[in-house]
Amino acid sequence: MNISEDTRTRVTLNEHGVDNVHSTDFPGEYPDFDDAWDFKKFKKNFRIDMIKMNDDELEFDMVGIDAAIANAFRRILLAEVPTMAIEKVHIYNNTSIIQDEVLAHRLGLIPIKADPRLFEYKSEGEDFSPEDTIIFQLKVKCTKNSQAKDTTDPDEMYKDHKVTTKHLKWIPMKGQDTIFKEGDLRPVNDDILIAKLRPGQEIDIRVFCNKGIGKDHAKFSPVATASYRLLPEIYLKSPVTGALAEKLQSCFSPGVIVIDTENGNKVARVANARKDTCSREVFRHDNLKDLVELKKVRDHFIFSVESTGILPPDILVEEAIKVLMKKCQDFILN
Amino acid sequence: METNEQSNKKRLEVVDSAGSLDETCKTFVFHNEDHTLGNSLRYMVMKNPEVQFCGYSVPHPSESKINFRIQTHGELGTDVLKKGLKDLNSVCEHVLATFQASVQDFKRRDVEMADG
Repeated sequence: MNISEDTRTRVTLNEHGVDNVHSTDFPGEYPDFDDAWDFKKFKKNFRIDMIKMNDDELEFDMVGIDAAIANAFRRILLAEVPTMAIEKVHIYNNTSIIQDEVLAHRLGLIPIKADPRLFEYKSEGEDFSPEDTIIFQLKVKCTKNSQAKDTTDPDEMYKDHKVTTKHLKWIPMKGQDTIFKEGDLRPVNDDILIAKLRPGQEIDIRVFCNKGIGKDHAKFSPVATASYRLLPEIYLKSPVTGALAEKLQSCFSPGVIVIDTENGNKVARVANARKDTCSREVFRHDNLKDLVELKKVRDHFIFSVESTGILPPDILVEEAIKVLMKKCQDFILN
Repeated sequence: METNEQSNKKRLEVVDSAGSLDETCKTFVFHNEDHTLGNSLRYMVMKNPEVQFCGYSVPHPSESKINFRIQTHGELGTDVLKKGLKDLNSVCEHVLATFQASVQDFKRRDVEMADG
């Protein structure tokens, strides 16, 4: 690889510091490259490979795009894809030891399984309407279990002493029961502990969920994590053999370096650079540091998206892309 | 609660640079935007060979706006901005289509694996 190709397409990891961090693929930067925007060229080079997908986790490779745009998708996933979350709490009675404001905050953070695309943003100053609000009731009173004898286990001594998300009961607003079935609108998990009670204590609360985005409050963020890393590359500049090969292997994550046996000699080989964490441990060893080159592919993003369970992760990524498109379209019209 | 849609207020402004009539150098103000649009749009605008300089800044962390500067070799600043937005939009369209196809493909393979 020639030098300018290398600075353009790879980030280099050195013993002290990282080189070629910034994108330089702009017109006029290199005399022998045409870097003007070319949609056809982009289309030819761009690809997405799914690695892993289930109900709440997604891993995929996005190749052939600049960090500026990949980072926009990541930032939108964290802060600008809307969800429904508890926004107002009306406390009619709370005789538990947990304070009203703490309780209200805890309730706010509960992920609510409701498709945000079916709701509107609530406009400031206006009353709750079925188009923008979901109401739940939380009414629990703890009592003594008269059957319990000779026990110190609170689960047996008391009834309803643990208030969990399964106690949240959906109260349909006008017309909502024709659109949603029982169970369509509920907390994602029904075993989140909200408060603990003792006999005689009571919680009587009504909560109001609205649509919002993570920029406003983290409770609206639809992801547990959304991150990317660049694909690592490892080159061995000369053969690494014998005891040194084993030392080299121990410098990297498991599975990155394998040791082959050739004519009774141990020879190190890079098997799967993708598994590397890019720790740069290898540069701490004087007899190894000149034998390897560590790099990252500048336009190969390994995305990892973990949903809170409100929407499937693939839908979240789609929504994030749509949010960026909407931003562009809004300003094109201006 | 502040929503991201304040349609009654203009979200794009042009900074009045002391009566300058030069249309090739412009600073735009995007209200309610941050690095998300700022950096991705800067990249797309800088890919245009007509552009001499493009950069953006967040003037203060507690104000949600960005200043977006464009200087060109001769084209109008507004035209270059519009091209940048259109290019970014077409990139998103293609990414979305590719992503959806990739998801469908993965789901189909998953079903085949479960059946076979």
